Amino acid sequence: MSAWTTICSKDDLQPNSGICALVGGKQIAIFYMPQLDAVYAIDNWDPIGKANVLSRGLIGDTDGAPMVASPLYKQHFDLASGQCAEEEDVKVATYEIQIKDGKVEIKA
Amino acid sequence: MNNKQTLVVIGNGMVGHTFLESFVTSEARGQFNIVTFCEEPRPAYDRVQLTAFFSGKSAEDLSMVEDGFFEKNDIQLHVGDRAASIDRKNKTVTSEKGVTVSYDKIVLATGSYPFVPPVPGHERDNCLVYRTIEDLESIKKAAKGAKVGAVVGGGLLGLEAAKALKDLNLETHVVEFAPRLMAVQLDDGGGAMLRRKIEDLGVKVHLNKNTSNIGDGDDRFHKMSFADGEELETDIVLFSAGIRPRDDIARDCELETGPRGGVCVNDNCQTSDPDIYAIGECALWQGRIYGLVAPGYQMARIVADQLSNGDMTFTGADMSTKLKLMGVDVASIGDAQGQTEGALTYCYQDDATEVYKRLVVSADKKKLLGAVLVGDAEAYSTLLQYKLNEIDLPEHPDSLILPNRSGEVVGLGPDALPASAQICSCYDVTKGQICSAIEGGSTTVAGLKDSTGASTGCGGCAALLKSVLDCELTKLGIEVNTDICAHFPYTRQDIYNLVIVEQIKSFDELLTKHGIGSGCEICKPAVASILASYWNDHILEQSHLGLQDTNDTFLANMQKDGTYSVVPRIAGGELTPDDLINLGKVGNKYKLYTKITGGQRVDFFGARMEELPLIWKDLVDAGFESGHAYGKSLRTVKSCVGSTWCRFGVDDSVGLAIELENRYKGLRAPHKIKFGVSGCTRECAEAQGKDIGVIATENGWNLYVCGNGGMKPRHADLFATDLDKDTLIRYIDRILIFYVRTAERLQRTSVWMDNMEGGLEYLQSVITEDRLSICNQLEEQMVHVVDTYQCEWKTTIEDENKLKRFRHFVNSEDADTNVVFVQERGQIRPAREDERELAATAEQI
Ligand code: SRM
Ligand SMILES: Cc1cc2nc3c(=O)[nH]c(=O)nc-3n(C[C@H](O)[C@H](O)[C@H](O)COP(=O)(O)OP(=O)(O)OC[C@H]3O[C@@H](n4cnc5c(N)ncnc54)[C@H](O)[C@@H]3O)c2cc1C
Ligand code: SF4
Ligand code: FES
Repeated sequence: MSAWTTICSKDDLQPNSGICALVGGKQIAIFYMPQLDAVYAIDNWDPIGKANVLSRGLIGDTDGAPMVASPLYKQHFDLASGQCAEEEDVKVATYEIQIKDGKVEIKA
Repeated sequence: MNNKQTLVVIGNGMVGHTFLESFVTSEARGQFNIVTFCEEPRPAYDRVQLTAFFSGKSAEDLSMVEDGFFEKNDIQLHVGDRAASIDRKNKTVTSEKGVTVSYDKIVLATGSYPFVPPVPGHERDNCLVYRTIEDLESIKKAAKGAKVGAVVGGGLLGLEAAKALKDLNLETHVVEFAPRLMAVQLDDGGGAMLRRKIEDLGVKVHLNKNTSNIGDGDDRFHKMSFADGEELETDIVLFSAGIRPRDDIARDCELETGPRGGVCVNDNCQTSDPDIYAIGECALWQGRIYGLVAPGYQMARIVADQLSNGDMTFTGADMSTKLKLMGVDVASIGDAQGQTEGALTYCYQDDATEVYKRLVVSADKKKLLGAVLVGDAEAYSTLLQYKLNEIDLPEHPDSLILPNRSGEVVGLGPDALPASAQICSCYDVTKGQICSAIEGGSTTVAGLKDSTGASTGCGGCAALLKSVLDCELTKLGIEVNTDICAHFPYTRQDIYNLVIVEQIKSFDELLTKHGIGSGCEICKPAVASILASYWNDHILEQSHLGLQDTNDTFLANMQKDGTYSVVPRIAGGELTPDDLINLGKVGNKYKLYTKITGGQRVDFFGARMEELPLIWKDLVDAGFESGHAYGKSLRTVKSCVGSTWCRFGVDDSVGLAIELENRYKGLRAPHKIKFGVSGCTRECAEAQGKDIGVIATENGWNLYVCGNGGMKPRHADLFATDLDKDTLIRYIDRILIFYVRTAERLQRTSVWMDNMEGGLEYLQSVITEDRLSICNQLEEQMVHVVDTYQCEWKTTIEDENKLKRFRHFVNSEDADTNVVFVQERGQIRPAREDERELAATAEQI
């Protein structure tokens, strides 16, 4: 839970969109917003739609807070906290992530 | 046997049926058994729209009867059986076919019959009248091989009949006894303008003509001779010289009737026998017969109320009308001829554009008494409200009819109307009722149509309804927030205009100039669609990619387990056996679940994201292209086999369907678009349930618009008839781009139409008359879209960069282990949760 793992190069990120990485057997959705120069990492598993799809959702913001909308049933998940906006008790895990020397690194 | 009373309704025409509809929902319903006699071979239909029968509508289209109405409401219907007599002493009604029913109450709704003047020769073959579907069928038959048709009578119905003859491609004459057309509703100036306009359309008008004889013609079937010595040769004579109430059954049982016909009724619509009511065109109230539906409907509602011990009474009805005769707008209000003592007149006549308007006002210039409008009837609803509600006229009443060149708003704000003002006369809906519906939550035009019925008849009140709605919403302080989402303070249409005017090419540019924040799943796809329909770049260009809905991003539809479906285009549903074999090979190779869709094509399911490019490479190599099943765009053009094979087909529906599908494929729109093309009116392609429907006729193609299946089916509207192919395509180009530019996001054409101010007529005026002078632009935009078409899949598989996205993991070649299939009926399907757990355990063992 401590060391940064490099998963891909910065060029592999999809601007304003998501990709999925396999880190220690876990599927992690990674989103990149170039204007804010921000990267986010959350679980790829959609606990409501029950499929590995969150990396394929549309991203944007709700009142300024970055979010992803699930491609299956359109619930919104906060990219920073993992909180689902529609279901109070649904939350996905989030992970520390950074871009360093053109590499994308994650703690998972 | 039960102890209920029996109500006999004689006549199942427009008014009789409306009575039944009101009565079955009234309080008294439970106390009566209902029996109705219907002389015609079919129950009630929309006589007002009768002429549409010649422009492609069928008898079913015209029906006024909801499916299962009689059964559901337990009404005994005797179709094709005339009530022949009433025995008031024994209280029975006996029919022509010998059915005798004891009654407690009777409602007479026998309507009227066309008056045929007793001119010698009037009984000859091909001397016809215009009232029922059977009459129209006879006219159609007579028109086969005929060249010339003449209508006797230049009133409202006569001109309607003349339109029918013209639609049948006959040289058409109108012969009128009076010195002007529509003598009842118009004045001399209006009549003269109307004459000019319809003569422009190729109809010959003969005024002051008294037909004295009809005999054998020299060149044509008949020769009509007139009192002034002139003659006219024609193949068909259509009498439309007025109507006479059908009061024979009333007269035979000695009910009081008028000297010139009609069953006398009091304010309760009761005849001289209190157990017998009369409504509609057979009823004579204060010496008047009302030859329009709206007063008849009013009487129908009154009797339903009376039978429930209500106290509604008939107090007369307004005879104002607005109609389109052969495409000419004509309206008449109140005292059109200025016969009121001391009445003053304002007149506006423009010979250049052939417009005539007249106002008749009271001596003090305060109140409107009447009006005539020919060529431009836009002022009708405003004027009618002035008249009906006795609203004070503006200081210069003529401002109401003069052309408005300053752009300043004249006319009547809906605010000025009292709650009792009738907004929709077809369904008798008042402003008060509309306001309560709005307060109750119906805050769109479509919602109000649903909840109040307003504007679902002739549609003449649509503009007024919309302005009442807008005004009320503002008053209620309901700010109608039409912003597309929190990121853009604009409607979709505004954004479209911004894109056009500022030639904006990307979402980022739009957001920087006009938006807030970083967007969301609402505005992004909407803007993507706008950009796509205007610029038509590939949707996976880097700058558009993040905007697409998931399905568009991967050019496939995501299924419940995160896999995708694959739908190649099969234009018009036509494919060769080899195509089918090739599809089969692809399905086999990738072990995909395979199904025929509801859109006449093949759908493969269970493709993993990483397989999509491989599958599509094989499909593209086999000659297939993307079917855009994932996009808000043209889906399918469903076709029937058509004249090539079908013994009934009158044109090549498959050929046209393929051509249309290939033209419009790839067009991005506010929502998906579906077409249908049928080879004849049997309509095997269900074109009338599609956004765009085309049906072959003997003379070309009929175009239907804004139909819908799905959650709330909507029958398409007949937009234009007998079009040649070029005109058809031109109209479709214009309609689609107009839709693309003006609809809300995710609004199908059906809802777009239901919310359009002015409705079908407005759309027709924009598309066929170029009312907004935008048709060129619309066509150009479509040509751009057609010319820049690319198969999105072909371009994608040829571009390394675009392909990068199609792998489940950025850092591994592994597949998603959560995708598990089991077999069912010889194919795969996603495993259920229990099955999945089983599979997982099995793997561990
Ligand atoms: C595959 C198919 C069912 C089938 O097995 O036959 C289908 C499948 C879907 N339909 Fe459909 N519809 C299919 C024909 C229809 C039809 C019949 C037709 O087109 O003749 C209709 C009614 C006609 C109409 O649209 O007017 C139809 C009315 C809908 C609706 C309701 C639309 C409405 O206006 O009420 C939706 C929901 C929506 O679009 O919002 C919908 C949405 C969907 C979606 C996209 C739902 C979703 O988001 O997953 C389904 C995914 C398709 C896929 O994965 O490929 N589908 N759907 C049919 C594909 C036709 C094709 O070849 O492209
Ligand atoms: C071509 C055309 C265009 C028109 N356009 C307009 C318009 O634009 N606006 C407008 O307001 N009005 C219009 N009208 C007039 C409108 O159609 C009539 O006002 C309306 O149909 C009257 O309804 P009703 O029920 O009284 O009579 P009908 O609709 O005629 O119905 C009477 C029914 O009773 C049946 N019947 C009669 N006697 C018996 C019996 N003894 N037993 C059983 N059945 C019997 C008849 O066969 C008929 O089916 C138009 C009419 C025509 C023909
Ligand atoms: S719509 Fe007409 S032409 Fe087409 S298949 Fe049906 S019957 Fe034949
Ligand atoms: S006035 Fe005819 S629909 Fe309202």
